[in-house]
Amino acid sequence: MASKASRAAFGEALLELGARDPRIVTLDADLSKSTMTARFAKAYPQRGFNLGIAESNMIGVGAGLALTGKIPFVCSFACFVVGRFETIRISVAYTNANVKIVGTHSGIAIGEDGYSQMGLEDIACLRALPNVPIVQPADELETRQAVAYAVEHQGPLYLRLTRQNLEPVCPPDYRFQLGRWLTLRAGRDVTLVASGGTVFNALEAARRLEADGISAEVLNAASIKPLDEDALVRSATKTKHVVTVEDHSIHGGLGGAVAETLAEVLPTPVKRLGVVGFGESGDAKGLYAKHGLDPAGIATSVKKFLNR
Amino acid sequence: MAEGNLDAIARACRVQIIRMLTHAGSGHPGGSLSVIDILTSIVFGRLRHDPKRPDWADRDRIVLSKGHAVPALYTVMARAGYFPESQLITLRKLGSPLQGHPDRVALPGIEAATGSLGQGLSIALGMALGLKLAGSPARVYCILGDGEVQEGQVWEAAMAAPKLGQPDHPLDNLTVIVDYNKIQLDDFTAKILDLEPLVAKWQGFGWPVLEIDGHDLAQIAKALDAAEATRGTPTLIVAHTVKGKGVSFMENNPEWHGKSPKPEEAVTAIREILGVTEMAWPDYLKTDATTRAVVDELRALDKK
Ligand SMILES: Cc1ncc(C[n+]2csc(CCOP(=O)(O)OP(=O)(O)O)c2C)c(N)n1
Ligand SMILES: [Mg+2]
Repeated sequence: MASKASRAAFGEALLELGARDPRIVTLDADLSKSTMTARFAKAYPQRGFNLGIAESNMIGVGAGLALTGKIPFVCSFACFVVGRFETIRISVAYTNANVKIVGTHSGIAIGEDGYSQMGLEDIACLRALPNVPIVQPADELETRQAVAYAVEHQGPLYLRLTRQNLEPVCPPDYRFQLGRWLTLRAGRDVTLVASGGTVFNALEAARRLEADGISAEVLNAASIKPLDEDALVRSATKTKHVVTVEDHSIHGGLGGAVAETLAEVLPTPVKRLGVVGFGESGDAKGLYAKHGLDPAGIATSVKKFLNR
Repeated sequence: MAEGNLDAIARACRVQIIRMLTHAGSGHPGGSLSVIDILTSIVFGRLRHDPKRPDWADRDRIVLSKGHAVPALYTVMARAGYFPESQLITLRKLGSPLQGHPDRVALPGIEAATGSLGQGLSIALGMALGLKLAGSPARVYCILGDGEVQEGQVWEAAMAAPKLGQPDHPLDNLTVIVDYNKIQLDDFTAKILDLEPLVAKWQGFGWPVLEIDGHDLAQIAKALDAAEATRGTPTLIVAHTVKGKGVSFMENNPEWHGKSPKPEEAVTAIREILGVTEMAWPDYLKTDATTRAVVDELRALDKK
């Protein structure tokens, strides 16, 4: 498979699933060209709704549709849809409405638009809600499966997607399961837990580390909540060092989830890599280098963490 | 300032908008070009400010709530002297204070961080109230996009504004302008979520509303005067505009909401903004060294 943005894979998957399942509807807030639901709305005009630049209303309407048996996907940039946190909190989560929340354009990887358009705290916000699984696929194959899973899953769910293209990382026979992480590379000295857009860079970093005699295990944490405690503990028991890599604030995201879990079940040194402070405008490559999320930056941080 | 002058400034700013967006390789030309006549009229026609003292307590304030049009604001700020015009082409580049959307901390002179639509009017209300409470003579100008007006928070603010501060501190120091260019991101506003009857809606919330052509400098000046003369209430100006105004292939075309021109498109755009025919263009460039330099610089981008 070629590289593809997870938002594009999402749009295609939904288009296909929509043909089979009439319960699926899409809701947008004037970003349907960007969230890639525009084709769904064109193919199924009775089931695609653009509610204008009004995200709270979109989420609430989604909740109402869910309560009448539809499976609504409410879509916007991650920052804008999760920005309506309190509406999600009550109308979706507490109501246990079967709403699929889709946040695209996650992370600093969106680049030039700058902080106001970057979803950087969305995982932190939604992790605090008891009943909202958080899924962040790492490539096209995984995205397609995650979307299919979201349709089957009963209850709210958050799908975190990228604007940028993602290189394939999952093997062809891969099957997404909520709460299960795939080991993409086995290693002995350190565990790299990555998710979404950073998985490929973590794999690249692992290859560089190999050249320096460091054996890194790479886990693809597509299921950020619930996380795969078994896989995490198994790997951490072996390597005794865990590094998390995510395009999200280092506070409250994947790194936070991993650190919290290990602190309770298997105290292990953890290094969290992610975005420190606000994001800013710039080219994605430059931003990843600045925040140490490119392969070179990850490798450097790992060596420092291991005192090597 | 005389209208002729403002017209020349607005034209020069349009050229700079095209130039900086082309350098950036991304950004929002449509809404920048629709709002530039309004911004020029405010900043060079009446704003009481001092670019050397951006923290002057009694300065007038502009809240560009439709933050994605910030290239337009940067061009007038550069021209007013907040930063050198040469810095415009750092727009959206790593480390530049000219962020893709307004950043109050990064760039002195920016009054509010916007870019998440719907938040600016509330901030403007707070500023207007704070200035009134402080006994300041300063005014607040807030500019909304028409698509932006769909946000619920805008209507919360709209409902609050005529009442906030009454009776001793009414927000008559606040002028709000809707850049009514009839287009949002996905499509025409009337197709996505029609705002009409827009004037009646705001009037129903208690606002005096003026309707103008947002590219007619005389009408803009008159409306801003009327708003300033109004006592006891803030004023809304509904400015009918053309998205992409000044560039034929951008005008009224939703495609040009959020993409930057390629260098050759940019050169055509600049030629049209300057009102020069294709035939006369080579000769024109021999007489206008400044434009010639911009054109050469843009063409060089293609070779990068
Ligand atoms: C809360 C929020 N939702 C969505 C967006 C994405 N967005 C950026 S510009 C835009 C359309 C704005 O349309 P309008 O207000 O009419 O602006 P203009 O036509 O002047 O460019 C959208 C939806 C955003 N910036 N903020
Ligand atoms: Mg508009």
